[in-house]
Amino acid sequence: MEILVCIKRVPDTAENEFELNSAGNDIDRDDLVYSVNEWDNYAVEEAIQIVGEHGGSVTVVSVGDDESEEVLRREMAMGADNGILLSDDAFEDSDSRGIASILKAEVEKGNYDLILTGAQADDGAAEVGGMLAAMLDLPYASLVNQIDIDGDKHIKVGREIEGGNKEMNEIELPCVLSIQTGINEPRYVGIRGIRKVAQIEIPVKGASDLGIDAGSVGKDGAKMKRIDYFVPDLGEGAEMLEGSTDEIIEKLIEKLKSKGGLA
Amino acid sequence: MAQIFAYIPHKDGVADDIAYEIQAAAGKLDSNAQVTAIVTGSGDTLDKVAGHLTSLFKEVIKIGHDDLAYPNAEVVRKALCNVLPSDAIILAPHNTFGMDLVPGLSIKFDSACASDVIDFEGTEGATLKIVRQVLGGIISTHNDLDISNGAVIAIRPGAFAPVEDGSEGGTIVDKSGDAGDISTKRRFLEIVEAEVGDVDITKSDVLVSIGRGIEEEENIGVAQELAEAMGAVVSCSRPIVDAKWLEKSRQVGTSGQTVKPKVYLALGISGSFQHMGGIKGDPFIIAINKNANAPIFQVADVGIIGDILEFMPELTEKIKDL
Repeated sequence: MEILVCIKRVPDTAENEFELNSAGNDIDRDDLVYSVNEWDNYAVEEAIQIVGEHGGSVTVVSVGDDESEEVLRREMAMGADNGILLSDDAFEDSDSRGIASILKAEVEKGNYDLILTGAQADDGAAEVGGMLAAMLDLPYASLVNQIDIDGDKHIKVGREIEGGNKEMNEIELPCVLSIQTGINEPRYVGIRGIRKVAQIEIPVKGASDLGIDAGSVGKDGAKMKRIDYFVPDLGEGAEMLEGSTDEIIEKLIEKLKSKGGLA
Repeated sequence: MAQIFAYIPHKDGVADDIAYEIQAAAGKLDSNAQVTAIVTGSGDTLDKVAGHLTSLFKEVIKIGHDDLAYPNAEVVRKALCNVLPSDAIILAPHNTFGMDLVPGLSIKFDSACASDVIDFEGTEGATLKIVRQVLGGIISTHNDLDISNGAVIAIRPGAFAPVEDGSEGGTIVDKSGDAGDISTKRRFLEIVEAEVGDVDITKSDVLVSIGRGIEEEENIGVAQELAEAMGAVVSCSRPIVDAKWLEKSRQVGTSGQTVKPKVYLALGISGSFQHMGGIKGDPFIIAINKNANAPIFQVADVGIIGDILEFMPELTEKIKDL
């Protein structure tokens, strides 16, 4: 099974406090901690497990700047065999459609049975996988939390749907799946593992290498353009309890008592 | 502006409540718009839901086919491509079905795509101004959407205040004959129901709910002690289940349980819309979180900025001393 996993380098929401920059047109990106998108990490783990059991290879690909190389290398340390970086000034400010069309060009250069993406990334749009599948005319399933390989013609996939239920589907290969968190337990990657793959060459491809018209991607090609960032109006918001820990706990207990929070 | 279509999901012959929110969203998008509902399915249940929707929409398009009995997004997409004009503005819910349908549909129509939209702020020419959130709801963004060739837009459940049920007396248009070839390479097999856990969190009046802020599996015992002291039950957000620290049956959210407690103590939970979507009945929400910008503070009644690992043991002790 030849598997391609599309990954993205994102600001880590667990490690950062986000603020707007002084111009208000972006978040303040100085000193942000970046990591591989959490959903993508589950997708890579799933690919490695499938190849471990059924043979084949795992390739990780990312659309991004030079710094995206570090997340490609991290996933290679997990066990992905190859990494590819798709990078070009023309790719900047692409919308989901732009990203999907860049990925499509790379997919067509390979011969993949399975193409995985994370179910969503930092933009919370959950679009790239479904767009990529439609561009390639391949079947698609989103929010996949179970993959059973039961042949080389088709596989069984479970989709996470509302209420904790699972929707089982049979899907023909090749196909595109977007992976939901919790599908597996991604392995830990240590410094030593990253060192081991430090020397492996990661090819970098730009618009001309991929045969992409620069005007069809990036800001010019985007049908959706981000204008600004803002901190949502908090409305009334919560009544914030302040003071020493003892004072706060005292106030909190009073609230709990009055609202029936203590049996 | 092109015609607006609202894709309405339904189950057992009843339209999803999102129908009222999509109608509200369409009104916000264009107050003069005549919105056409579109429902897919088969047999009596389809007729029933289409009939019901005529009170809310002036026109209801139904597409019936045995292969549409279960809403497999790949099949639905093909049917919509064959029935709707490609420059249509199509609204759908941003839920597990919408995420399956919307991105691919926008590619097939070569139209714009916007997902998890929480507000519309008017149009200028062919540019629609939309609001959506990024980074787990911590920051919002304004975006320009080029709708000159139509758009497929997924709206966030709960973001638009639902309209009242109306008395439109709309008409039903049967487009089943136009569905054409809807064969796909993905076949729906079955629904596997969620496993029942050791505790039913939906029955509890008080929930001590933990999220990423719990940091380590070992700390879950600290939350359990607090819950015991309060006479409450421990529930959690998605990352705790992903890490396999608690059973899926304890997860609150759209992909987990829907709970209706009186008091909800959110400990180290950022408050994503998927999580909040599982909390009904307007409970008294107390949030403790290290991050002052956590979205949970927008919806909580009482907030404390701090480390739950410091607060939980002290709170437990004080409650035991009462």
